[in-house]
Amino acid sequence: MEFPTPDGMSRRHFMRHMAAGAATLPALDFIAHVRANADELKKRRKSCILMWMSGGPPSIDIWDLKPGSKNGGEFQPISTKGDLQISEHMPKTAQVMDNLSVVRAMSTREADHGRGRYYMHTAYVPNPTVVHPAFGSVVSYELGTKRKELEIPAFVSIGGGGSSPGFMGMAHAPFLVDNSGSIRNASMGDLGPDRLNQRLSMLGVVEDNFISSQRGDSGQAHKDIYQKAVNLMTSKQMAAFKVNDEKKEILDMYSPTPVAGAMGMGGGNQFGRSLLMARRLVESGVPFVEVDFGGWDLHANVFQTLKTQRLPQLDAGIAGLTADLKQRGMLDDTVLVWMGEFARTPRINQDVGRDHWAASWSVMIGGGGLKGGIAVGETDKDGTSVSSDKSYQPGDIWATVAHALGIPLDTVHTSKRGRPMKIANGGTAIKELIG
Amino acid sequence: MRQCQTRHSQSRQSLAASCGAFFSVTALALIAGGSVFAAEEFTTGSSDVIVTEINRQIREAWKDNEVTPSPVADDYEWLRRVYLDINGHVPSLEEVEAFAADKDKAKRTKVIDKLLDDPAYVRNWTTVWTNLCIGQQTPRRVSRAGMQKFFREAFGKNRRWNDIVSDLVTAEGHYEENGAVNFLLAQMQDNDDAVQMTAKTTRLFLGMQVQCTQCHNHPFNDWKQDQFWQFNSFFRQTGKIDHRKFDSKTGRMVDDYSEIVERGFSGPVYFEKRNGLMQVAYPIYLGSEVDPGESTDRRKELAKLMVTGEKPMIAMAMVNRTWSQFFGYGFTRPVDDLGPHNPSTHPALLDRLAEEFVKSGYDCKQLMRWIANSEAYNLTSRGTKKNERDNPAAGEAALFSHVYVKSMTAEQLYDSLIVATNAHKSGRSGWEQSEKQRQEWLQQFVRTFGTDDGEESNSFDGTIPQALMMMNGELVQDAVSVKAGSHLGDVLAGRGNEAQKIARLYMTSLGRQPTRPEMAAATKYLKSSRDPLAIYQDLFWALLNSNEFIFNH
Repeated sequence: MEFPTPDGMSRRHFMRHMAAGAATLPALDFIAHVRANADELKKRRKSCILMWMSGGPPSIDIWDLKPGSKNGGEFQPISTKGDLQISEHMPKTAQVMDNLSVVRAMSTREADHGRGRYYMHTAYVPNPTVVHPAFGSVVSYELGTKRKELEIPAFVSIGGGGSSPGFMGMAHAPFLVDNSGSIRNASMGDLGPDRLNQRLSMLGVVEDNFISSQRGDSGQAHKDIYQKAVNLMTSKQMAAFKVNDEKKEILDMYSPTPVAGAMGMGGGNQFGRSLLMARRLVESGVPFVEVDFGGWDLHANVFQTLKTQRLPQLDAGIAGLTADLKQRGMLDDTVLVWMGEFARTPRINQDVGRDHWAASWSVMIGGGGLKGGIAVGETDKDGTSVSSDKSYQPGDIWATVAHALGIPLDTVHTSKRGRPMKIANGGTAIKELIG
Repeated sequence: MRQCQTRHSQSRQSLAASCGAFFSVTALALIAGGSVFAAEEFTTGSSDVIVTEINRQIREAWKDNEVTPSPVADDYEWLRRVYLDINGHVPSLEEVEAFAADKDKAKRTKVIDKLLDDPAYVRNWTTVWTNLCIGQQTPRRVSRAGMQKFFREAFGKNRRWNDIVSDLVTAEGHYEENGAVNFLLAQMQDNDDAVQMTAKTTRLFLGMQVQCTQCHNHPFNDWKQDQFWQFNSFFRQTGKIDHRKFDSKTGRMVDDYSEIVERGFSGPVYFEKRNGLMQVAYPIYLGSEVDPGESTDRRKELAKLMVTGEKPMIAMAMVNRTWSQFFGYGFTRPVDDLGPHNPSTHPALLDRLAEEFVKSGYDCKQLMRWIANSEAYNLTSRGTKKNERDNPAAGEAALFSHVYVKSMTAEQLYDSLIVATNAHKSGRSGWEQSEKQRQEWLQQFVRTFGTDDGEESNSFDGTIPQALMMMNGELVQDAVSVKAGSHLGDVLAGRGNEAQKIARLYMTSLGRQPTRPEMAAATKYLKSSRDPLAIYQDLFWALLNSNEFIFNH
């Protein structure tokens, strides 16, 4: 017996994956597949990995040290392979800094966690009448929809709290996973393909009835998400999440060196595992991966925490990812961005901590064909203000990323209210980086 | 005229169309008599003058903005919504059938009263306010059970809202013996001179966003940095003790209870202006100063000031929030940011409701009764051409000319699935155990940001993991498993023909009868299958997975 498959819930698509192998691909489908791949080969697949430092990292102790200043703190700068110095607790990263640059003149005004997170992710300040998309959702919309062969979500967030797709819609929401590589509820147990098809077909009847009931867009959005979920459940690309399949020596590249006599290794290698998963996802064609690494809200005891917990992981992770991408020939197609919602006060407080600070701080950016090994802009000797001519906003960072990804900077999206929104809030690609 | 669009409302319950809308006696008389008088207003059967006043003011805004309201929702649509909003879960099959069969013209207002007296009301609003006060993930050294116990009693006894707020702000003692302390404990995660406590209390209970003024005057409103610290100084006598105890099994000290204690503090607090100058701030609440001496119990004084006046901020904030719980949007956006810098959509109505709320003795049930009996709340969620631009999802001001589709909360979904699987009737023991299972399930959606203001995000927002959970997760698996005592098992073993069984599954999940095409499709599946059980299972699966189920509309 045969029942019509509702639109969108692509039965053919589903069957393709349930079938024993490529040999049983329907002929037409196979041709479409080959053509899609050929198109992709013509244009190299660009991606972005955002390293999100949740809590607000003290960039003054990492990328823009102030030795000799009362705000300098305990750490000293070291030379790198690039034309800039960074923290002595980032020695591995120093060895790959010829590929990475630091924008030292960020000035971003939002020093509240929620507002800062929103501003840095979207390039727009929070506004009660519109929810702006995180830049990952913009990339999902611009690049993900064009990668027809991509069956897993185009915006994956590893260990993150999630940002909003805003007016891009739930289809471009970040797919939240943890770095264990297991996707909860992705298996349908022993239910066969016939039953799943039957269920999806029945679902289509109810869904379509609601969609046509003039109750706004949410009914259709729900249907779109279900299609994505079915694609995911039945896709071979799910293997990209299986970070445990990676060889140990590769994971070791991303992990801190164990310290003799110490418990564990520099607070573990959770960040490294996440970055390794990000590399696997990018290899599979995912255009935007966000990796969350938290624990930076260091109102107290900043130096001890950085030295023993945060920086060993950060250092190994960034260095490992950069080297791994390079050895695979992927670095020129993968933009790396490092930022948090803001940074931390140059002034050291009474608890040997640093508080929230947005006026003068650093973002790291590299790969993707951008110029590496340089510092863009500078702060004054105490780090309390930008001293170079120009300061930068998140929109400038995202415009630089858009440029590197090949998304035209005159792209305009339209909010649900019909308001035109310039990509990256009309920011400008940073000329020192795009050369 | 709106009434004319649904004049066939008294027609019999048909399978294809669920026509359960009804009218007040006057409206029916008008239609029957062909009167040319202005349409009488819709009524649920309530004759409360405040409801009439809400209707009048909402209608005025429709007129001013040239939108025409959608028709009144039919009984099925409305019943499901009012159950979800007041009691936090969908109605059971029996409740849907009983309501559809009830011929009483005042049945809507009767149901509202019934729901407000149901234990599920207490549970639902305990959930809402526990989440608002301590978050979805319990912070360190906070007792969720204690917080829930406090709100269970508060909503169970319908305590006055001003007393509830006062208890929360002045609480002292053991976190399980006096559950109210958990609100403040949750804001004491960092040793931050009560900054978080100040920001959260003002935002949640007063609808004032002052968090930015900790460091500088607010760029967009009138809150000043010294006001933040004046407010903050009320909280500076708050101390906490985290007790430890010896665990004889492990031979180690482990966490015991926490408590809030009063600690000696007098005089001003000091804060730093952006220019580096130190300033002082004394305990002053919106212009009212209290004695900064040692003998003053500052939080007690604060609580008194917060609840003084004809229309204190706590009343405004509560009215606005409760309205938004029912409609999905409050009179301001965000709901907890009131003030001249952020004009409300219906300022006179918000003022009036706040005044009436105070006059009622801060009666939360009465406030909800007014809202749920209002005409706007009883409209359909189907939009029309004539109210297309009433679209707050696109950033427009909410006019409430049709009901807005809301996503179910994770708790509403869980509790609704429990109703649909009959799990509430079979074998689940006691409040605490079922609450534990519920909490475990809910945790999969919560992520914390690990920041000093204890923010968290809820991934229960219609994304892929949620779809996977519905498709393949345990709860829905159980629902379609035909175990003994399961709802599906009962329906299949019960009386009636195929069509009646299909209809019952629709009523259980979507709270309505199937449409004619839906019935035709389901019957066709059954007729052509050798495994009818699988058909019923897959149909129930499809219904529970549908957009119509997951949305509150």
